[in-house]
Amino acid sequence: MAEGFLERLKSEVLVCDGAMGTMLQARGLTGGACPELWNKNHPERVQEVHRAYFAAGCNMVETNTFGGNRLKLKGYGLEKDVADLNYLGARLAREVCPPGCFVCGSVGPTGHFLEPLGDVSREEIYDVFKEQILALAEGGADVICIETMMDTEEAAIAVRVAKENTDLPVIATMTFELDRNGYRTMMGIDPVTAARRLTEAGADVIGCNCVNGPEIALGVLQEMKPVTDRYLMAQPNAGLPQLIKGETVFELGPEVYAQKYPVLLEVRPHIVGGCCGTTPEHLAFVVKLVKGINS
Amino acid sequence: MGSFEEIARALIVGNHVRVRELTEIALKEGTDPQEIIYKGLIPGINVVGEKFRNNEYYVPQVLLAARAMYAGMDLVRPLIAKLGARYLGRVVIGTAQGDLHDIGKNLVAMMLEGTGFEVINLGSDVSPERFTEEARDKKAQIVGISALMTTTMPGMARTVEALKAAGIRDQVKVMIGGAPVTQLYADEIGADGYARDATAAVAKAKELLSLV
Ligand code: B1M
Ligand SMILES: [Zn+2]
Repeated sequence: MAEGFLERLKSEVLVCDGAMGTMLQARGLTGGACPELWNKNHPERVQEVHRAYFAAGCNMVETNTFGGNRLKLKGYGLEKDVADLNYLGARLAREVCPPGCFVCGSVGPTGHFLEPLGDVSREEIYDVFKEQILALAEGGADVICIETMMDTEEAAIAVRVAKENTDLPVIATMTFELDRNGYRTMMGIDPVTAARRLTEAGADVIGCNCVNGPEIALGVLQEMKPVTDRYLMAQPNAGLPQLIKGETVFELGPEVYAQKYPVLLEVRPHIVGGCCGTTPEHLAFVVKLVKGINS
Repeated sequence: MGSFEEIARALIVGNHVRVRELTEIALKEGTDPQEIIYKGLIPGINVVGEKFRNNEYYVPQVLLAARAMYAGMDLVRPLIAKLGARYLGRVVIGTAQGDLHDIGKNLVAMMLEGTGFEVINLGSDVSPERFTEEARDKKAQIVGISALMTTTMPGMARTVEALKAAGIRDQVKVMIGGAPVTQLYADEIGADGYARDATAAVAKAKELLSLV
């Protein structure tokens, strides 16, 4: 297993990968299908995506386990397969991970709201994340990456689960949009509040992902930086998805994405990468930009 | 008079206890249940929608307001059924395949129900086949599809195709909606109607069944 992940962040910027979901769709994953089930049924295609990101120069990849929690898998009748699918997800990435690179166990939101707004209790959410995170750790994840969170409470619980049940470093990133009030998650949470709460919960790395482009990511990190002593991470999308002749196309192609990316590096994030709509071609440009900083 | 405004106000701040109380009082005073919906609950939820669009409200406030709306609706709905009023029509509604966003769809469903439609809510992530089966089995006049993501919008087009393939396209009207959906898209895929919000959805449903 790769040692010294946090140690590395002290002296260099690491590059995480880009999208998994849109890459799998390009390989035949259809609308109604469960992406995590591909860890079992199409492992070679999942590994092909991981390999492509490592080949593009990424230092770390995220496992295909974003929706691998019991509450989401239940929608596909797969709630019994949580441990299997997450374990396999971590193994697949582990098998193709070159020396000196890292496997991040991806943990996304449950899609449910906490009581009293929604129907799940804090204890239940804790158990849901525990089941997933333990399987990721067992499968060989080097880092736990809690991402695309919108509710700080849900995110904080996931961070606690990872901290209390594993020895792995923990990343926690949230998704913000720029609206009339500034940067806000869909629950109305601003970056300062998020940064304070995630720091308090014990995350080692905090930041944002799945935001609309590098400028938004920059804005969010600028607000987080003064109120946290943790490492910062950003994974912006390739702009907004558009439906053109029945096909989803993202606004920013690799070249345009690369042109917009350098501003984000001005806040000196410790980890950068991409999210929805980004491809190994996008990430190859990011790798090049980061090489310029690291050298 | 004042009580309609009060109901709306309680709904807007998401106070479901107060909405229930006020609705009970209004009903005890003999207020027409339909009026409570049209003059209290609907104006209230419209303000909530507006506030969400203007970023005054976020998802938690919308959820609380929706719950307050249900609190009122739950009291009023059985009375409307009892009035013996015939249903305006039967609607099968759900979110497009792969789409789990159901807050807006549920508001639309609730509003249609409150204004006299019989609503069969299929939930979220509904396949074109399921829409088609349910529409046929339940003899629905309207199939309502909601999508909140550009990636799930094609499910709407596939549903229109599935209805055609099953030979029942001319027996149902297809109404679509959701934030990324437009009239243009409705035209493109051959849907019969598009509605921007829940109030427009009610008006459109009536229009589609020539009830206006
Ligand atoms: C049949 O006829 C009709 C007629 C009118 C109809 C109609 C049908 N349906 C709706 N209407 C109309 O009437 C309603 C009432 O006025 C209106 O309904 P609306 O639904 O528009 O309005 C509701 C009252 C309030 N609006 C909403 O409820 C949607 C709000 C936002 C914040 C949102 C929410 C809440 C959620 N989300 Co998601 N979410 C976003 C949304 C961003 C935003 N700010 O709008 C959006 C839609 N989400 C998005 C994404 C990407 C995702 N979400 C996801 C998950 C979620 C939650 C589960 C956390 C939650 C949904 C909870 C639930 N049970 O519904 C994921 C996908 C899950 C899935 N497979 O569906 C995920 C992929 C995130 C992720 N990476 O995991 C984006 C879609 C981007 C795109 N264009 O494709 C998004 C625009 C946010 C963003 N800016 O990126 C009208 O549109
Ligand atoms: Zn994303």
